[in-house]
Amino acid sequence: MIDAATLLLVASTIRLATPLAIAALGELVAERAGVLNIGIEGMMLTGALAAFAAGAATGSLALGCLAGIAAGVAMSALFALFVLRRGADPIVSGTALNVLALGLTGVLFRSLTPPGKGIERAPQMGELVPGFNVYVALALALVVGVILFLGRTRTGLALRAVGERAEAAHVQGIDVLRFRWLAVLFGGACAGLAGSAIVLWISDTFVEGMTSGRGFIALALVLFGGYRPLRIVAGALLFGAANALQYRLQAAGSAIPYNLLLMTPYVLTLLVLALFAGRVSGPGDLAKPFRARD
Amino acid sequence: MSYVRAFAQPLGAAAVALAAAAGLLALIGADPIAALGALAAGALGDRIALENTVVRMGPLLLVGLGVALSFRCGIWNIGGEGQLYVGALAATALVTRGLGAGPGAVSLPLALLVGAGAGALWAGIAAALRVRRGVSEVLSTILLNFIAVLAVAWAVHGPLQEASGAYPQSDAFPDLARLAVLPGMRRVHLGLVLAAALPFAVWVLLFRSAAGLRLRAVGLSPDAARNAHVSPERETTRVLLISGALAGLAGALEVSGVTGRLFENLASGYGFTAIAVALLARLNPIGVLPAAFFFAALASGSGAMQRVAAVPSVAVQVIEALVILFSVSFALPKSGAR
Repeated sequence: MIDAATLLLVASTIRLATPLAIAALGELVAERAGVLNIGIEGMMLTGALAAFAAGAATGSLALGCLAGIAAGVAMSALFALFVLRRGADPIVSGTALNVLALGLTGVLFRSLTPPGKGIERAPQMGELVPGFNVYVALALALVVGVILFLGRTRTGLALRAVGERAEAAHVQGIDVLRFRWLAVLFGGACAGLAGSAIVLWISDTFVEGMTSGRGFIALALVLFGGYRPLRIVAGALLFGAANALQYRLQAAGSAIPYNLLLMTPYVLTLLVLALFAGRVSGPGDLAKPFRARD
Repeated sequence: MSYVRAFAQPLGAAAVALAAAAGLLALIGADPIAALGALAAGALGDRIALENTVVRMGPLLLVGLGVALSFRCGIWNIGGEGQLYVGALAATALVTRGLGAGPGAVSLPLALLVGAGAGALWAGIAAALRVRRGVSEVLSTILLNFIAVLAVAWAVHGPLQEASGAYPQSDAFPDLARLAVLPGMRRVHLGLVLAAALPFAVWVLLFRSAAGLRLRAVGLSPDAARNAHVSPERETTRVLLISGALAGLAGALEVSGVTGRLFENLASGYGFTAIAVALLARLNPIGVLPAAFFFAALASGSGAMQRVAAVPSVAVQVIEALVILFSVSFALPKSGAR
């Protein structure tokens, strides 16, 4: 018999793991196409703000969710414009996108909530059973979809070819840049969806910088999972569990200072990277620019 | 690379970013001319404003210098923020817990050295992870930022909290451990003279020394460098240690020269602004001087912009991000090239 406390911990684990898994699976597809997107942190943050604004204004969960996705796509289009169109460095551009998202969401949030007016709340996604709702269902569908797409379809194979050897794929008649554009937009949509989950499910309002590094943890999860969807989900659950435990300790008034507990996810990510990152070999042409030669 | 283009591109990037920001301000219903005017007046309008801007330049200059150096070597040190915090933390621990009111002639230089050393060690973690475990320094330095900021928060709530226990901040630095304000100035301190001299030292290191040549060679092509018996691993470690030391020194200068104590959000966002500084400078150590001045002016004018024109000060981050994007989308020099 499972006791109530364990059940709560499991539910909280899934709640914290789901946005990570969604964002990491989106990043996986982008990286498989050869694009390293450091900007997913900013895309999640923008998605969170859009979901908050649309959700609070209309009271509709669906619209909040869609607004989150749209914001993620818009930010990823900006990223693609600089990286794929202009050939700008992906790491610098992704970092700039994160700073842009911090500034943009800060300005917009403050102009949405003028001082004196109470803090608005976004509608909350309920749970069918503790730790299960539409977001979990979407995440599960995403895992299955990504596994089938990358492993079992011609298009998925072509996308992997683009990430592995862009030049060779180009010679085969595959439109490298088109694949990369679509993969980046897909990654942005996932990041935006993940951001909306943070607002519409985990916290009921927007806080500046509220993604607090989840995008970077998602990036690390792709490495931890060795570019395999199921292992990425397992990694997300591990992080969810660590975070759930950490929150439990905080709530229980642990003797460990609060700020040290808050370090858990970042220290854990570093440890995981130190143990696993070196053994992983990513897509051959990851983060290498491509220009079609005539 | 002609000299005209070397100047035209950064100016162009800054101008386009400011114009885009003005457009954005108009979109949210603010008056862009009034907002940017308030910003300029708040940054450069009078003597006090100008001194505030110069004081803010210090950390941006040093961290930006470290970023420029590491980017030249093809190493993406995004961890300036964390290295700065750790430097400030170590210097504060030494002054308020280690030496107490020890002799100033010793404790001040020692505090700066310890700050620089702590920053170097913090970046050294990323270097070790990269060289020994194959962990990308992009991720490790970002994660180390979060940890460093939380470590400062923990310290000022815990072991380094002021004796009275009133606020989450450290004890004030004794006068002997504070950097003197320059004669005739209100806030501009001695540390800024040091900070302003370092770009020239780094320029000589980068372009006039064998060590700088090795470092740039790795930035251009690690494989070619290896063939020429230059170890990319050693250069990676070296450049991360130097740029960490610069950021750590910036943290120590901040607590001993400006704030006089440690607290949370000591220099929040400086790490990322420093990346904008380095890129606007086109990774040139001397160029870091005007670039740091530009961003320091934006930061110190943002408060006035918020007061006068009711535009949130975080709008400045939008300008920073746009400058980065427009700087990199014009051709940057290859990481190792001149």
